[in-house]
Amino acid sequence: MSLNDQTSSSFLPMIKRSIIATIIAFFLFLPTLGIKTSASGGVDGLFLTYRWLLLGIGCGLIFVGRIAYELFWAPKEGGQKAEKAPSSLAKALGSAKVAKTIGPVLLGFAIIFPFLPFSDRYILDLGILIITYVMLGWGLQIVVGLAGLLDLGYVAFYAVGAYSYALLSIHFGFGFWMCLPLAGLLAATWGIILGFPVLRLRGDYLAIVTLAFGEIIRIVLLNWRSFTGGSNGLSDIPRPSFFGLPFNQSENGFAATLHLEYSSMHRIIFLYFLILALAVFTFFVTARLRRLPIGRAWEALREDEIACRSLGINTVNTKLSAFAIGAMFGGFAGSFFAAKQAFVSPESFNFMESATILAIVVLGGMSSQLGVVFSAIAMVGGVELLRQLQFLKVIFGNDFDPSQLRLLLFGLAMVLMMLWRPRGLVSTRMPTVFLKDKKTVSAAMISQGRG
Amino acid sequence: MSQPLLSVNQLTMRFGGLTAVDAVSFDVHRNHITAVIGPNGAGKTTAFNCITGFYKPTDGQIVLRHKDDNEFKLEEMEDFRISQHAKVARTFQNIRLFGGMTVLENLMIAQHNHLMKASAYTIGGIFNTPSYQRAQEAAKQKALAWMDRVGITDRADDPAAALPYGAQRKLEIARAMCTDPVLLCLDEPAAGLNPKESEELNALLRSIRDTNDVGILLIEHDMSVVMEISDHIIVLDYGRKISDGTATEVRNDPAVIKAYLGVVEE
Amino acid sequence: MNYFIQQLINGLTLGSIYGLIAIGYTMVYGIIGMINFAHGDVFMVGAFVSLITVIIFGITGTTNIALGIGALILVAAISMIIAGVYGWTIERLAYRPLRGSFRLAPLITAIGVSIFLQNFVQATQGARVKPLNAIISGGFTILEGNDFVVRITYMQILIVVLTFLLMSGFTYLISKTSLGRAQRACEQDMKMAMLLGIDVNTTISTTFIIGAALASVAGLMYLLYYGVIDFYIGFSAGIKAFTAAVLGGVGSLPGAMLGGLVIGLIEVFFAAYFSSEYKDVAAFSMLIVVLIFMPQGLLGRPEIEKV
Ligand SMILES: Nc1ncnc2c1ncn2[C@@H]1O[C@H](COP(=O)(O)OP(=O)(O)OP(=O)(O)O)[C@@H](O)[C@H]1O
Ligand SMILES: [Mg+2]
Repeated sequence: MSLNDQTSSSFLPMIKRSIIATIIAFFLFLPTLGIKTSASGGVDGLFLTYRWLLLGIGCGLIFVGRIAYELFWAPKEGGQKAEKAPSSLAKALGSAKVAKTIGPVLLGFAIIFPFLPFSDRYILDLGILIITYVMLGWGLQIVVGLAGLLDLGYVAFYAVGAYSYALLSIHFGFGFWMCLPLAGLLAATWGIILGFPVLRLRGDYLAIVTLAFGEIIRIVLLNWRSFTGGSNGLSDIPRPSFFGLPFNQSENGFAATLHLEYSSMHRIIFLYFLILALAVFTFFVTARLRRLPIGRAWEALREDEIACRSLGINTVNTKLSAFAIGAMFGGFAGSFFAAKQAFVSPESFNFMESATILAIVVLGGMSSQLGVVFSAIAMVGGVELLRQLQFLKVIFGNDFDPSQLRLLLFGLAMVLMMLWRPRGLVSTRMPTVFLKDKKTVSAAMISQGRG
Repeated sequence: MSQPLLSVNQLTMRFGGLTAVDAVSFDVHRNHITAVIGPNGAGKTTAFNCITGFYKPTDGQIVLRHKDDNEFKLEEMEDFRISQHAKVARTFQNIRLFGGMTVLENLMIAQHNHLMKASAYTIGGIFNTPSYQRAQEAAKQKALAWMDRVGITDRADDPAAALPYGAQRKLEIARAMCTDPVLLCLDEPAAGLNPKESEELNALLRSIRDTNDVGILLIEHDMSVVMEISDHIIVLDYGRKISDGTATEVRNDPAVIKAYLGVVEE
Repeated sequence: MNYFIQQLINGLTLGSIYGLIAIGYTMVYGIIGMINFAHGDVFMVGAFVSLITVIIFGITGTTNIALGIGALILVAAISMIIAGVYGWTIERLAYRPLRGSFRLAPLITAIGVSIFLQNFVQATQGARVKPLNAIISGGFTILEGNDFVVRITYMQILIVVLTFLLMSGFTYLISKTSLGRAQRACEQDMKMAMLLGIDVNTTISTTFIIGAALASVAGLMYLLYYGVIDFYIGFSAGIKAFTAAVLGGVGSLPGAMLGGLVIGLIEVFFAAYFSSEYKDVAAFSMLIVVLIFMPQGLLGRPEIEKV
């Protein structure tokens, strides 16, 4: 059938469907775009502003968008709606050879990154942020991707790490390298404390319990003022030094000792390499763990818990180990966060954070470490790009706050990306051991775990 | 005859008002194939689940004896400990493989506890100590041996879910055997097999019985398998044991005929 | 003692609100086995629609109870319709394309929808809280002790009565009509239901619409009870309502209601007797404790996995 036939024969129904979509959109937009409640400051509190133009624009966009969707993206009628074949990019990322080459290339790039001409402070900060999320993603991937345990409160361990670092360094004067393992240990301990009672639970229950646990930690941090500083948080956390050389202008500072001209960038570059080192460490440990009996047991757990038990695997301990090790990396990342910011407050550890990390893992692909890197770049970098929406002020006037739109678009992007690739960027899995040749396992075979 | 490997005594399992297994007693001997047969819903799988710890029996004792006279009270043990310590392995009526993992990986996971120790609970594994490397290589060889034995070596690096049905059944048996059991419980291993595969299965089970020093407890509907290879047959009906003996004895037992064919009228 | 009774009344009122939201969670979870993470935000949208409608009708501060109730029913109807459209749209766009696909995908889209809705409402309605004067004021005193007066407001009576009516209506709907049968069939086995000629898509859509409509009534009640809403109320109310659904036993409508009441009471009493800052901790800890010791919930069926 030629395109012409098709369009002419389905033109009217298409318009009809678009009109229906527009009517629905009208209802959706009426109480949001169409009518705004504003405080008048008067006795009766509120009055309404009607924004018919905005409403009209919204509905118009839906009408046009719906037609465009049918013309360009919609699966053609009658076509089999099979699971989409992975794109060539995703296939490439999934293959062993490509992963082997891309990995070192990425690492090489990450190492020279701070010295590239365009790497100013802002870009480096963004790099640090992205690498932090990559590290968190790898940590959570153990729990969600390998062991198949859905954790919606991962940020709790990030918080435990950050506050452990802050409190230990403020009260006991411990240095960074002393605090780091302790923070990881404390986070792992919390992982076990939380995990022990709840890991028997069915998957979705586990999700909601971990979410509740994350909220509990946040509320406690917010209200235990004598210990955590409440909503003001803890400030003046000692900054990490370069093997005893502080990054300041003093006599015995880093710059003076090395006979460099003092620059505030030194500290940023140091922090950049610090998080890079931590992330690389995380990478190697998690990659290694996956090939060990424990890692295979995690994956087996995701595939079939009952079969695991029939083979003598202590599933509770196995889950706990996944939970604790995942938490530990969260704790490491948290203590880096505290060291970098020199300030922690409960606000940094809300549910949005957990959702972002989980989205990075799921979008990256449940068992692909490379996938996590790309999805972290897309998610964190993408959100950062949205920060640059200031120019929209020109269109919408000065009251307009682009940061709201940023999260709005973030939510939208989460939906669209999952619709686009429900199994993530790299959905295949690499066997951990092989006899003759290493073939990737296609997504359709892989069980998703009930947890 | 020597002490039985497994003694089930007055085993009872109730689900609410339903008594799925009702005061059933029987023995399983080492180097014997003991078959449990009975119509659908007779309580065979339930009895298996009690023996392997997936259900806690309402009543009764299940005792397993090792060669060194160690005794295990299975009704008091958790499922994974039964496999780990008492050395009872099982397969499932609805195959339960790790579908997204390769055949080789499936067989490696079966050796988990052994490999965990060898990896010094992961710590030695991280540093890839020589002793861990040796253990890992040995585990691989053992997996390979079992793949050869059941005849799926050419599929070693394929995901288990991609195997044809018959090969999956074989893999499940190989996986159970990789745990080094003294008692192997097979829940309808011939279900869905064609006659040729069924023949191969018979040969495999006989060879396991004769060379691996295990007792085999087998649930089976396929009478050609049961009658041919069983040393001993137990018949369940509505949760009760209605017959117990050799193939010939059971075949001629009126109670069995009645259970399978209904009341014979004439 | 009087203080106790007062808290009891407050707790039951709040619990009714949670219970109504919980029904949406429980029905959706029962039928497609997913946590509809955006449900709390549909509740929030419902509250905003109610707010707008209330202002349009200009019915704040009336003392004529009959008129007040009449107007409120109209407000409820309108916000049920619009929230229903929201519920339908969310299912159609964000969940249905992923049905039968990777299990975590709809959860992530649900979180995405939730983030989107919060920020959409924030962007269009502003971030500030929206206060509203009491619509129906007044009430009566039931007990008068020497130190404390127990009052029940007309508002509270309205909330509890309305919840009760809606609850019985929907329990009837679910247990007696063909929709209810279709829902249960889908719950048991969606493929089989489809083979038997049940329109699975319509059944699921209807479930979302009903859940959203009930949540919007809860939104209206929240607005009336607290007299102030903002774009963020959906998050914590949503978690608590989900807690209520789990507590009551997922899939059970009376369970959701009962769970809602228990959570409402815990929250109110904990705030009254211990600490209002940690009241959410109490509610969430309750969830953890219940799940550990009674994973099937108060009224749910125990789940045994057949091996
Ligand atoms: N977890 C359970 N809860 C309730 N009833 C159960 C449970 N497991 C088994 N039953 C019931 O116990 C009875 C025996 O079931 P079982 O699976 O043991 O039969 P079977 O002999 O293995 O049958 P088949 O040959 O069909 O596999 C059946 O009526 C079944 O419905
Ligand atoms: Mg059976």
